Amino acid sequence: MSDAESPSDDFEPIEVFPDEETPDLRPGADDCYKCSTCDTNCPVAEVDDDFPGPKFQGPEQWRLKRKEDASVDDSISKCSNCMRCDSACPSDVGLSQMHNTARAEYVEEELSKTSLTYWRNRILANYRTSAFLASKVPRIANFAMNFGPARWAMEKTLGVTSEREFPEFATETFREWWERQGGADGSRERAREARERRGEDVDADKRVAYFHGCYANYNTPEVAKSLVRVFEHFGYELVVPEQRCSGTPMFANGMLDDAERHAEVNVSSMGDLIEQGYDAIASCTSCSMALRQEYPELFDIDGIEDVAENTWEALEYLRVQEDLSGELAGAEVEDEHLASLAYHAPCHARNQGLDGQALELFDDLAGVDAEDVGDSCSGISGTYGWKEEKYETSMKIGEEMFDHMEDAEGEVGMTECPTCAMQMEHGTGYEIRHPLEVVAAALT
Amino acid sequence: MAIEDDVLVVGGGVAGMTAALAAADEGASVRLVTKKQSTLRHASGLVDVLGYAPDGKLLADPFDALTDLPADHPYALVGAEAIRAGLERFDAVAGELYRGGHTEKNALLPTHGGTVKPTARYPASAAAGLASDDRDALLVGFETLTDFDAPLAAEHLEAAGVPFDARGATVSFPGEPRADAKVTRYAHALDEDADGERGRLAARVARVHDGEPRVGFPAVLGQEHPADVRAALEADLDADVFEVPMGPPSLPGIRLEYAFRAALDDAGVHTVRRPVVDYETDGEGRLSAAVVERNGQHIPHYADSFVLATGGLVGKGLDSDREAVREPVFDCHVPQPEDRYDWFRDEAFGEQPYARFGVDVGDDLRPRDEDGRIEFENLRAAGSVIGGYDFATECSGTGVSLATGDAAGAAAGADTQ
Repeated sequence: MSDAESPSDDFEPIEVFPDEETPDLRPGADDCYKCSTCDTNCPVAEVDDDFPGPKFQGPEQWRLKRKEDASVDDSISKCSNCMRCDSACPSDVGLSQMHNTARAEYVEEELSKTSLTYWRNRILANYRTSAFLASKVPRIANFAMNFGPARWAMEKTLGVTSEREFPEFATETFREWWERQGGADGSRERAREARERRGEDVDADKRVAYFHGCYANYNTPEVAKSLVRVFEHFGYELVVPEQRCSGTPMFANGMLDDAERHAEVNVSSMGDLIEQGYDAIASCTSCSMALRQEYPELFDIDGIEDVAENTWEALEYLRVQEDLSGELAGAEVEDEHLASLAYHAPCHARNQGLDGQALELFDDLAGVDAEDVGDSCSGISGTYGWKEEKYETSMKIGEEMFDHMEDAEGEVGMTECPTCAMQMEHGTGYEIRHPLEVVAAALT
Repeated sequence: MAIEDDVLVVGGGVAGMTAALAAADEGASVRLVTKKQSTLRHASGLVDVLGYAPDGKLLADPFDALTDLPADHPYALVGAEAIRAGLERFDAVAGELYRGGHTEKNALLPTHGGTVKPTARYPASAAAGLASDDRDALLVGFETLTDFDAPLAAEHLEAAGVPFDARGATVSFPGEPRADAKVTRYAHALDEDADGERGRLAARVARVHDGEPRVGFPAVLGQEHPADVRAALEADLDADVFEVPMGPPSLPGIRLEYAFRAALDDAGVHTVRRPVVDYETDGEGRLSAAVVERNGQHIPHYADSFVLATGGLVGKGLDSDREAVREPVFDCHVPQPEDRYDWFRDEAFGEQPYARFGVDVGDDLRPRDEDGRIEFENLRAAGSVIGGYDFATECSGTGVSLATGDAAGAAAGADTQ
């Protein structure tokens, strides 16, 4: 309509001025000019011809939904929330935001709350709860979770694939270890010593709040411990605030209410610290993605913008605030285990512009040769690859990465994302490390 | 401390990637920041230099018409040697993927709409389709790929006066993909050939093939192994096979994007895919940093020299509202009529003033303010963010990007050494 004409009577403006709770998706739908570039970047559409792709799931479905009798198509549950479409779109359409919203609506209105699929997804999405319980009895849990007959039953009744081995629960969680190290007080002591050693002002204001996420707490505390060692090496005092799940698995399962409940706790505790002058850091790139992008896109919580704007991916923070590259260039890693690393950039790291970071940092690090295994998606996408009906798709997507890993020198992989690591290990049998572990080996 | 390089290039299209390679060649450390994935997926893959003279005449040789261009045209600013240097850089990047480097003259290529386009370089996969070739051609479309209507394209080609008979036919693609299958599915099916797709497609085409010595397909014949796919089809059909370049998303564009990325990797250029939203200066007329937005976080990327290669109105290197047209990254001056009703002409195909909008640069490619003074000593511009030319009408898009990208990048790199 030209700006010279006045709207006719049957023109109905749609959600141009939405209520505070609902994100306004209209501009995204209008900005899409159907170039289909997103579709050529979608790893699911790549291997599943029945999946209509991100352009349909986002702008097209949103438009179709304007009709009263139209409901969200069930193909939305095939979207793995890798968010690759976001960085593909030349027109700034908030595709993942549209997908997250549509998926939530689908779960709310189309999925029976008494169905096994709903409860299976809910259990997977609330991994933190299971992990919390399992961490109380880690040895029993490790046995029980991978006990053959139990896994068979889980696949048959709940639809959790029995192809994968459940990740091991650490016998001591990161938070338990952290307390044993004296918590924030211990960290302050060690940071002061480091600042003195580095010739910096001992009273310098170097304080960070660590969002470790569930996985580094319950399953891979060595990643979180490495982060602590590296940050204290640079003279930072850490605090490990109260936190819940970042929400990543909940977004991907359309459980936005669950996600919001957890987000409220996170925003409140991280927000308080940010107000006191702390910066927030995360070691899991899906957690940082959630806090930085998904929270402000999906929720309206007091202080959410401050949290988003002051949350950093851990290595990115050190790169900008400290001479991380310089220190690594002068260091050497003697652990032969880390000599050749096959690096996979997680989709959620790519979308934060971090996909080249680890390789660039390790370029001049003696004793480490890190090789990129290409720009494909690992295929697991958190809980996605755990679903019995998605397992095959997940492995098909991962095939390219597995092949490139096999071609790479060395048999150790590296990635920032815990579930990508799971998939890399599952597909190749390689041991997988986090870049922070390499930095810790080099500097501490 | 901080993220710091000799040269920072803003923009990931042909101009930006060319500038990054040229700067790296000078020995500079280079970082390229691009808002999104490269827009090469939007490009047909044809590399134009100059297809039409200012009077609208089709050009046999772009270099013949350079002296007829207005003084503020980017080609007039950088000169013929810069165009040749840009093309040379392109040839080094594209290698065996491209043809046309044997001559400075334009080639004529059929498009998926059935028009004929003058171009300086073209994908090797399109070579057998040259419109100047007088051998008859069969164009083949797929039922599920509605972007290419082969009978209609053939009719249009004949109407355009090509020196051969063109015929179109539509077949179904083996495996019967969904009605709106994405173009990469066809390409990957032919790459992998897992269910003998190459042979099965050839067999379906053979039924409609009437001995034409060349057969054209929509440009979806493989992403990784286009030469193998063509060779297999050629052997089965006993005819030359060519691709007809298509609209977005474009396989020739994707292949070219990968070729550029490989060249950037080899040159040690680091790429960051996030938007630049602000800048910092040293207070004395020089840029010191481009501020990159990373999901809420604003991170300065420092450099000694900068190249602005963010594209034009389509690539969003220029932004506009009812009040004004702006260059949003470094806020450079964009000359424009004050009254927005003078930005355009009513005739859709008339000479549109907005098509020439862009930053105003001198022959050193430094953007200038409204009084003609240099905006920043260490900033140069490249590609369609530069004003003074209408790439769509004159068919000069990639050529200007290569020529100005190469010149701006080399100068930026040399400054830092």
